[in-house]
Amino acid sequence: MSEAEVQSDTGIGAPVRRREDVRFITGAGNYTDDINQPGQLYGVFCRSPHARARINAIDTSEALAVEGVVGVLTGADMVADGLGDLPCGWLVKSKDGSDMNSSPHPPMAATVANYVGEPYALVVAESTYAARQAAELVMPDFDELNAVVDLGEAPHSEQIYEGIEQNLAYEWALGDEDATRMAFARAAHVTSIDLTNNRLIPNAMEPRACLGAYDAASGEYTLYTTSQNPHLERLVLSAFVQVAPEHKLRIIAPDVGGGFGSKIFIYAEETAVIWAAGKVKRPIKWVADRSESFLSDAHGRDHITHAELALDDNGRFTGLKVRTTANLGAYLSTFGSSVPTYLYGTLLAGQYKTPNIYVEVQGVYTNTAPVDAYRGAGRPEATYVVERIVEQAARELGKDPADLRRMNMIQPEDFPYETPVALVYDTGNYEASLDRALELIDYDGFEARQARAAEDKKRRGIGFACYIEACGLAPSKLAIELGAGVGLYESGEIRINPTGSVSVFTGSHSHGQGHETTFAQVVSDKLGIPYEDIEIIHGDTGRMEFALGTYGSRSLAVGGSALVEAAGKIIEKGKKIAAHMMEADAENVDFDNGQFVLQDSNQALSIQEVAFASYVPADYPEDLEPGLTAKTFYDPKNFTYPAGTHIAEVEVDIETGVTTLVNFVAVDDFGHIVNPLIVHGQVHGGVAQGVGQAMLEHGIYDEYGQLQTGSMMDYCLPRADDLPDFDIDTTVTPCTHNPLGVKGCGEAGAIGSPAAVINAITHALGNKDISMPATPEKVWRAIQGE
Amino acid sequence: MYQFNYHKPESVGEARSLFQDADDPMYLSGGMTLIPTMKQRLAAPTDLIDLSGIPEMTGIDVSGGKVTIGAFTPHNLVADSAQVRGTLPVLAEVAGLIGDNQVRNRGTIGGSVANSDPAADYPAAVVGLGADVVTESRTISGDDFFKDLFETELKPGEIITKIEFPVPTRAAYRKFPNPASRYAVVGVLIADFDGTIRVGVTGAGPCAFRASGIEEVLNDNLDPAALDGVEVPDAGFNSDLHASAEYRAHLVKVMAKRALEDLLNG
Amino acid sequence: MKISLTVNGEACEVDVSNNTLLVDILRTHLGLTGTHVGCDTSQCGACTVHVDGRAIKACTVIAPQADGMNVTTIEGIGTPDDLHPMQEAFRECHALQCGFCTPGMIMQAIDLVENNDNLDNRSIREGLEGNLCRCTGYHNIVRAIQSVADGG
Repeated sequence: MSEAEVQSDTGIGAPVRRREDVRFITGAGNYTDDINQPGQLYGVFCRSPHARARINAIDTSEALAVEGVVGVLTGADMVADGLGDLPCGWLVKSKDGSDMNSSPHPPMAATVANYVGEPYALVVAESTYAARQAAELVMPDFDELNAVVDLGEAPHSEQIYEGIEQNLAYEWALGDEDATRMAFARAAHVTSIDLTNNRLIPNAMEPRACLGAYDAASGEYTLYTTSQNPHLERLVLSAFVQVAPEHKLRIIAPDVGGGFGSKIFIYAEETAVIWAAGKVKRPIKWVADRSESFLSDAHGRDHITHAELALDDNGRFTGLKVRTTANLGAYLSTFGSSVPTYLYGTLLAGQYKTPNIYVEVQGVYTNTAPVDAYRGAGRPEATYVVERIVEQAARELGKDPADLRRMNMIQPEDFPYETPVALVYDTGNYEASLDRALELIDYDGFEARQARAAEDKKRRGIGFACYIEACGLAPSKLAIELGAGVGLYESGEIRINPTGSVSVFTGSHSHGQGHETTFAQVVSDKLGIPYEDIEIIHGDTGRMEFALGTYGSRSLAVGGSALVEAAGKIIEKGKKIAAHMMEADAENVDFDNGQFVLQDSNQALSIQEVAFASYVPADYPEDLEPGLTAKTFYDPKNFTYPAGTHIAEVEVDIETGVTTLVNFVAVDDFGHIVNPLIVHGQVHGGVAQGVGQAMLEHGIYDEYGQLQTGSMMDYCLPRADDLPDFDIDTTVTPCTHNPLGVKGCGEAGAIGSPAAVINAITHALGNKDISMPATPEKVWRAIQGE
Repeated sequence: MYQFNYHKPESVGEARSLFQDADDPMYLSGGMTLIPTMKQRLAAPTDLIDLSGIPEMTGIDVSGGKVTIGAFTPHNLVADSAQVRGTLPVLAEVAGLIGDNQVRNRGTIGGSVANSDPAADYPAAVVGLGADVVTESRTISGDDFFKDLFETELKPGEIITKIEFPVPTRAAYRKFPNPASRYAVVGVLIADFDGTIRVGVTGAGPCAFRASGIEEVLNDNLDPAALDGVEVPDAGFNSDLHASAEYRAHLVKVMAKRALEDLLNG
Repeated sequence: MKISLTVNGEACEVDVSNNTLLVDILRTHLGLTGTHVGCDTSQCGACTVHVDGRAIKACTVIAPQADGMNVTTIEGIGTPDDLHPMQEAFRECHALQCGFCTPGMIMQAIDLVENNDNLDNRSIREGLEGNLCRCTGYHNIVRAIQSVADGG
């Protein structure tokens, strides 16, 4: 296909250049901080400097005296106003059947602050400067308390919350413990590994921000905010926090500058701002400094894990035991409880037929920022466990790591495959991805490359990760049975306008994913309407149906499927209208590429003609409503299971310990692909974040709970020169249960890459262990230890 | 950022007297460190005295066996200067490794040197090349200029007007950047003045210093292999999230070796 | 204080306090919200604009320094109907996702190409050390810049 032909094609599968780009590359994006309202005030938060402190009193008198200050509102004021706590949306039960222990989570600390950066007061003023000046004059009377910071020690440390012993939120388990024990008793070989999954700080480039306004005349609240899921925000703020009734609260998430999970959650700041806007009856804007983002955005990962893999004489995996301590931070964030449990333990089968798996997870409170979903959310942690231990087993047994994986892989004929950890994989062809990845990396040429590197005093290593993820979250019924507080469907609506143009409303929020392009491709493809005539609208509770939003690589698989089903309804109705217009029966009308065609005739009507007729129903079926619109709530039948192989090749400078990622191959099976350009971009970005986790990024608290990596001067985000070009390809086994056959591609890069990179580094180091991030000093010390 | 009074003097003398008259003044050069520090409210001068209006403080002069850089000269002017590249290429290289392109377009040599950030690049050149730091009232030897963490020989209100670099026979600089901030974890500049070796180190200690142990060895034997046996003591070295003192000491040796290889390979 | 500056070819006068940053003058006082603020330590580069044709970080310039400056922002280099070649290349190569770092990235990319010959993959990557992107993994940004450096 020539480039010109591709350009002209805007349907499913075409690499359409993104329509949203025009505004972004010309500086015309509309992010929350770009929006202003007449008479708006500016908010600045006072944040706890202590990791744990009792708040005896807060003296606001000096702050209130600062010129331009309109109000200083404290956590105690929120309590006095009867506002509720920020809820955790997933109830996890411990293995003994008891409910998880939830700590109270007031939007602003009222009696005790439990992590550095937790807000306890909001200063509202005519300017940011006045608010800042005043914030320095808010005088809290703190009693500093002992902070619990070290994750490993937390269960044996001072109790943070009354009634929550050992600081344990839950002790969750999944799998058959007895059967797994038996498997280990019979094992020919057992590989053990101890791992830490480093705490990450998401750092979407746009800091969180909000602008809250209250209209006294209508009693309506409007909140512009950096959210991945505005309807969830509205639900929580109305049903739980009770800022305003749901029908009087409108949440708008305009252009959002990246999320990666961190903008799913309902945070203190927007909660306090929208409440305060109602109190002072003027709009209030708050924009986080990056320093505030570091302290107060939900962090990611942070596990300590011991794992053991049992193998038989032939190298077949017979059992996997995993025990993980997961840091939840000081509070259960919106989905914090589910990440190290249902999004983690269920993925421990990986791509393999391991028959017996048992996992225990302790969810632990510490006096650190809450931990919640960050790109991949549980699945990178699971992949890291499985793929590190499998690589380790291969080395211990002297087997080629690709071969050991291959012989244990679930085969195409095994699908649907039920794992011992509660999932049913619908489809896949794992060897196809592995084979293609081996080809792209030139696996056969590795030894020669390794020898050449040695001549330059460099050690070259190669590492694999064959990952699986569960995406497109997922059947509501199953999720609710497992503790989810909300359904996991998505809404979509298609309105064919009288002139034939199309307004599409989707609950999936786009903050970089390019939905305005891909969703228009899908609708154009299904309805045969020109791509240019289709507008995608999202991110406003005032404009679309209740929706669940964007997370877990679900937008196309769930939100896109909703649109396909809505398109089907449009076509069904259109057939009836067209049949009437052509004086025929609806069953004799076919729909093909925008035309309603009467079978065995040369009669046809375009969908635009039918739409016009539906709105000007002169010659129209009596039993049919006017209009051509359709709405769907699509509830998936299962998760989707993207999978693939990532291979990293590194060179280690022996003298300095500096590791260079010299080659990275990702071959992913995302099912059908709507826009390869966008899919590849998602993989690039995910891999960069995974490489960042493996080599650069680490959120570090000191023993007092002070964040040591609180700016970009110390928290190392990947830069362009830290990364190579990526070599990526895809294989295709279509998802069996959604109408597009798609699986989701947003997280895969971040899921597979950390294990691949660390496996490559440990390979280069002669199987010396190294923890993430593999900083030059750590690698140098590992080399010194030889 | 707190409020402050702003002044833009047109001469060094005017700048000095403004400084004298203010409560808690600071000079503003490129502002690449000062402005972020003020934004974080970690610095709160009552008065900022902007040195950008003093024409004689900007410029590059190559004459008399010296390369003279006006204190207000931005890093990129030095990095891109054909004169500097031709006469003292190592200085252009050091300048080109500072911060990032945007920072190099604003940041100045005088600001960098006066700040004495332990991880800045220019101090390695001042020390390693034995530059003279010229102020409105005197000339301070590069060997004596850096005193401690953010401390220099400058008296309150004293202004660096230019820095004079002698031109060595050959020289080279190697930097091990902090992966996050891109400041130097360790930077080593080696200069050969007709057989006499000077080694300037930044990043490792509280301020830039000459590595006399390495100089001694290289003055005897200008061979990278000669450094294999050198012990770089880490006493007093910086230790932070990114590198322990021990690792920094090791890096001093490795960077020195690599700089020397570059120097010998011309 | 009153300061005068030229922004995108137009003379502007604003009345601001000393401690106002150039980026705030652009965003708040002149309504040019294409220049973004992504950090408070001068690391991210989202606020990159050109002053006298060279890239600088507008978050690290105070109002009095901006007096008399000739500033070009993302809004000044092209329009939807007449894109700058770098803007066009970013779109063509899918070099942006969320778009937040993009204006700063494009302004630095233009500086890079205009001031360096023989740019290759490595030198382009090194030339972006003052700009962070969290979405793209830089792969397509590098491709876009290379395509402009290679003459389209």
